[in-house]
Amino acid sequence: MRKNSDRFSYYAMILPGLVLLFAFTFVPLFYSIIAFQKFNPALGIQGSPWVGLDNFLYIFRVRDARQVFYNTIFIAVMKIVLLELAAITFALLLNELRYLRVKRAVQTMVYLPHFLSWVILAGILRTILARNGLLNDFLGLLGIAPVYFLGRPDVFPWLIILSDVWKEFGFEAILYLAALTAIDPTLYEVAELDGANRFQKMWYISIPGILPTIVLVASLSLGGILNAGFDQIFNLYSPIVYSTGDILDTYVYRVGLIQGQYSIGTAVGLLKTVVSLILIGISYWFAGKFANYRIF
Amino acid sequence: MVYSKRLQDRIVDWLIAAFLLALGISTLLPLINTLAISLSERAAVSGGMVKLWPVGFNLTAYDYILKDVKFWRAFGISVLRVVLGGLLNFGLAILTAFPLSRSEKAFPGRTVFVWLFVFGMILNVGIVPWYLTIAGYGLIDSIWALVLPGAVPIWNVIILMNFFRNIPKELDEAARIDGANPWQLLWHIYLPTSLPALATITLFSIVGHWNSFFDGLILMNNPDNYPLQTYIQQLVIADRPILHGGQAQLMAKLSNATLNAAKLFVAMIPILMIYPFLQRYFVRGIMLGAVKE
Repeated sequence: MRKNSDRFSYYAMILPGLVLLFAFTFVPLFYSIIAFQKFNPALGIQGSPWVGLDNFLYIFRVRDARQVFYNTIFIAVMKIVLLELAAITFALLLNELRYLRVKRAVQTMVYLPHFLSWVILAGILRTILARNGLLNDFLGLLGIAPVYFLGRPDVFPWLIILSDVWKEFGFEAILYLAALTAIDPTLYEVAELDGANRFQKMWYISIPGILPTIVLVASLSLGGILNAGFDQIFNLYSPIVYSTGDILDTYVYRVGLIQGQYSIGTAVGLLKTVVSLILIGISYWFAGKFANYRIF
Repeated sequence: MVYSKRLQDRIVDWLIAAFLLALGISTLLPLINTLAISLSERAAVSGGMVKLWPVGFNLTAYDYILKDVKFWRAFGISVLRVVLGGLLNFGLAILTAFPLSRSEKAFPGRTVFVWLFVFGMILNVGIVPWYLTIAGYGLIDSIWALVLPGAVPIWNVIILMNFFRNIPKELDEAARIDGANPWQLLWHIYLPTSLPALATITLFSIVGHWNSFFDGLILMNNPDNYPLQTYIQQLVIADRPILHGGQAQLMAKLSNATLNAAKLFVAMIPILMIYPFLQRYFVRGIMLGAVKE
């Protein structure tokens, strides 16, 4: 009866995790039904009136909400594209670098921002991006008049996209660097004997070598196109740039928690959750099919 | 001909090295600018004169922070959440990953549980129901609100589960023959073998706990319970004056910009301190995530 006591041990081990998973992930799912109510905290879930799909119909009618969907997808997609391009370029260049000490120093510098919070980085960026900040000084050298970056709706999304690339490109490159080190070195030696130059080796060996990783990252990132980066935008935006900078998560926070329209906030959140789940499902399917990826 | 090709090659090497070094340094320029501002005098800062080197070097801002009770209270709360949250993440990752790494035969229901956790990970219900749940448990203004909701680090569980499954079965069987039960197996075989993986995921949870501000913002009603990132967010980003107690007399000597820069920098120090360890482990950590079967 060894087996039974073993099983008992396994159940005992997993119990705390299951309880917490239930309490903090599945109970909130139950609370999501207030998306179909006109929820009033004083009345609770039992007492609040049911309104069917009214909250969802409301979301589709309001122009704000549609704009917010658009902003979210635009920022998220541009982030993914530019971040991966920057990371791939950086990884390819770093791979060409022969001075090991320089290589290590560069890596130490570019990985650091990944580990700092957006609160800290936004505090820093607000100073850099001010009228008399570092970036305007630099643009001044090029003869460009000072820009108030954080107050310009046309500039703001790009500021979000590019500052995210700045924070993450180094760290994102680690995946590609790993893929590059896994390439068989004899391939390069043979190419050398055939008279290939540096660029040809990169084009015909390095890039095909990391192609599976690129496909994998592209597939998996599909699941994130409704996540445009709450922490970052929340700490950098202001009412002046809501028209282009407001995203689903910031909208839900303001409408749902600040204005206290719990049901509307929940409905937007639920819509996002359902669409995200479908996208993540598709992205895992893609990743499994084209890059042979399984999470477990 | 051969020589000139080599020279050309070397020039390209130098150019790449120079470009990447410049890129690396420019990545850090914003941080250097903040450090310089925190060490400069008021007039120079408000005049926008401070770039990469302090103007009118002084430590007034740091001196002020040292005596700032509210800052250190928030710092203490952050340390507490890192310790509590880190320990919970560590313990629960191991306890959850180990049974999930067993075969369906040894642990019936294993596959269902794995799917439950994966589903829980990708399911993100939105902050309103999340908030209502935690408020419903009466956790508002409690430190547990900052550590319990994320206590099971599901992504880490999956990484660790995959890692456990890659440990040679022979070790397992040998211990079995010696009569080890699952707890002994975990303690004597699996934990010692997976120390690097555990170090990696623990460092990542520490960084995550130190950096998070949003849960503190919505789950703490009393600003005295804010962790450091939330405190800084309110002070520097939202510019809430409620938090600046008795600062008026100091403003003559100190600009807000200087003080804020110094606070940002002090909040960065713990991350800078563990950064060398992080760097040693995170490459391996990322690879762990990619491990299959």
